Amino acid sequence: MDYMSWAYGLIGGLMIGTAAAIFLLFNGKIMGASGIVGGLVDRSGASTWAERVLFIAGLVGAPALLGLVYKLPATNVTDKIGLLVVAGLLVGVGTRLGSGCTSGHGVCGISRLSIRSIISTLIYIGAGVAVVAAARATGVLL
Amino acid sequence: MRHLVTLFCGALFGLGLVVSGMTDTLKVQGFLDLFGAWDPTLIFVMGGAIIPMFIAWRIAAIREKSVLGGLIPLAPKTELDRSLVIGAVLFGAGWGLSGFCPGPALASSTFGGTGGLTFLAAMLAGMIIAPPIIRVFKAAP
Repeated sequence: MDYMSWAYGLIGGLMIGTAAAIFLLFNGKIMGASGIVGGLVDRSGASTWAERVLFIAGLVGAPALLGLVYKLPATNVTDKIGLLVVAGLLVGVGTRLGSGCTSGHGVCGISRLSIRSIISTLIYIGAGVAVVAAARATGVLL
Repeated sequence: MRHLVTLFCGALFGLGLVVSGMTDTLKVQGFLDLFGAWDPTLIFVMGGAIIPMFIAWRIAAIREKSVLGGLIPLAPKTELDRSLVIGAVLFGAGWGLSGFCPGPALASSTFGGTGGLTFLAAMLAGMIIAPPIIRVFKAAP
């Protein structure tokens, strides 16, 4: 049992939830990563571009600054470029079509007891479990 | 002030993703590997994140406006539709294949090497080509 990893998970989770809570109560906004980024790149959120850019600057910049003084954990991402391109396209299209990702539906939606978000989260976790099982069985993932 | 809060929330979100282990794709895939060496860490991450947000929604329910003036967003009207279901299936498939979802892909972009940047570029491309696909789904009966 990897208790330290669970503890870090809980602490990191509380940080994520606190960020989402402040964003909601102070700015009146939902902290959903795919919505914030998606609205910027497809220009549907052009009127709030400054807020989107600043949020992403914090999201990218804070870990980068931490990395200057502390060795960050490896991402262990695969080196199969084709797999990453396919996965990235699926995540990009899927989160926009499904109106949210792990932060929007998984954190902000579930905590609001939104049926849509609960169903969405069950489906994307289920799809993820099925794909990992299939990929392991066929040797796509080791 | 709003902008400062936004920057702070983005930073806290990014640090939380790193601390929680969500930027480690093997940990995420370990959670999805229900029939293999299952790693339950993600349950603690989601549980930890939902606690403050659950309290925040309770506070939001008794106020109409946020502290800095914006209205508290209303719950979306639409219930389940095809877009939500198919979008979630596509997203889950990509999440399982790579171990990345949008937040961690951005948070790790400065230390995730070319693999992380490849995923990020493809994800942004997917978001750019999404609007016409969404229109097709909304229009079809």
